[in-house]
Amino acid sequence: MVVTTGWYLALGAALFSMGAVGLLVRRNPLVMFMCVELMLNAVNLTFVSLGAELGDLGGQLSVFFVLVVAAAEVVVGLAVIVAIMRRRSGATVDDLSVLGG
Amino acid sequence: MEVAVFTLGAVIVLSGGLGVLLARNPVHAALFLVQTLFGVAVLFVLLEATFLAAVQVMVYAGAIVILFLFVIMLLGVDRADDLGIEPIAGQRPMAAVVGVSLAGLLATVLLVAVDGLTGARGGTPLGDAGDNTRRLGEALFTDMVFAVELTAILLTVAVVGAVALARRLSGPMQPLPVVAIAESDDQPTEADDEPAGATGEDS
Repeated sequence: MVVTTGWYLALGAALFSMGAVGLLVRRNPLVMFMCVELMLNAVNLTFVSLGAELGDLGGQLSVFFVLVVAAAEVVVGLAVIVAIMRRRSGATVDDLSVLGG
Repeated sequence: MEVAVFTLGAVIVLSGGLGVLLARNPVHAALFLVQTLFGVAVLFVLLEATFLAAVQVMVYAGAIVILFLFVIMLLGVDRADDLGIEPIAGQRPMAAVVGVSLAGLLATVLLVAVDGLTGARGGTPLGDAGDNTRRLGEALFTDMVFAVELTAILLTVAVVGAVALARRLSGPMQPLPVVAIAESDDQPTEADDEPAGATGEDS
């Protein structure tokens, strides 16, 4: 038995769905961010495995930019969370409806 | 051997993902996230993306998760997420249905697509594993140098934005307090003259 690209793609799909379910179910904004990281990692895995299948470096190069955008997103997102939590401690995402009109 | 390593990596990744999904304590969720990231790094090594495996461990596990843990520490972990109550009726079963459907859909699309890959290859061949870092560096700083500079700008903007957002506001620049605006529509001019700390410390 040999590991084909399909195995990696199936694993990536499973991991992505896990992150999506977490984003739908959890209410702690920090844990929701972690679920976003799971989804980004699933996409990274897909990029690298397809790049290996095609014999192309482009997959690995894409992962770099995903990594940078993920880092920027985490930095800004966590700053927003800190700013919100400073104002109202213990808030879940359900409580944050200030912009809801 | 390859199958064994892949199975090990997949088990690490999926159990870590489940841990993030189900952990009540945010700290535990962050540690499970580290487990998942290490599993992905193992798979990267298996795919001969050795440099990315190192970057994965250093940037993700070393920097991003530490950032998460810092914020958790800053905000306190005394309140574990109560998974027992369901704020929206039927949210969990519907989320499970969505997740299973999404997994099936993605796996089907990807597996069908990888069966007969067509289209033009990019201009940068993969090379062998020992050459990985040099080839990545060459591609990044020749063909993609403009994109690399753009990501540098993105990171700078993100850092400046984070500092501006998370700054504890004191001194002459007062924030626009959301609650205070809603409550005090009738006295808009007095807010400017208040001393520092009068409006910013209501947390």
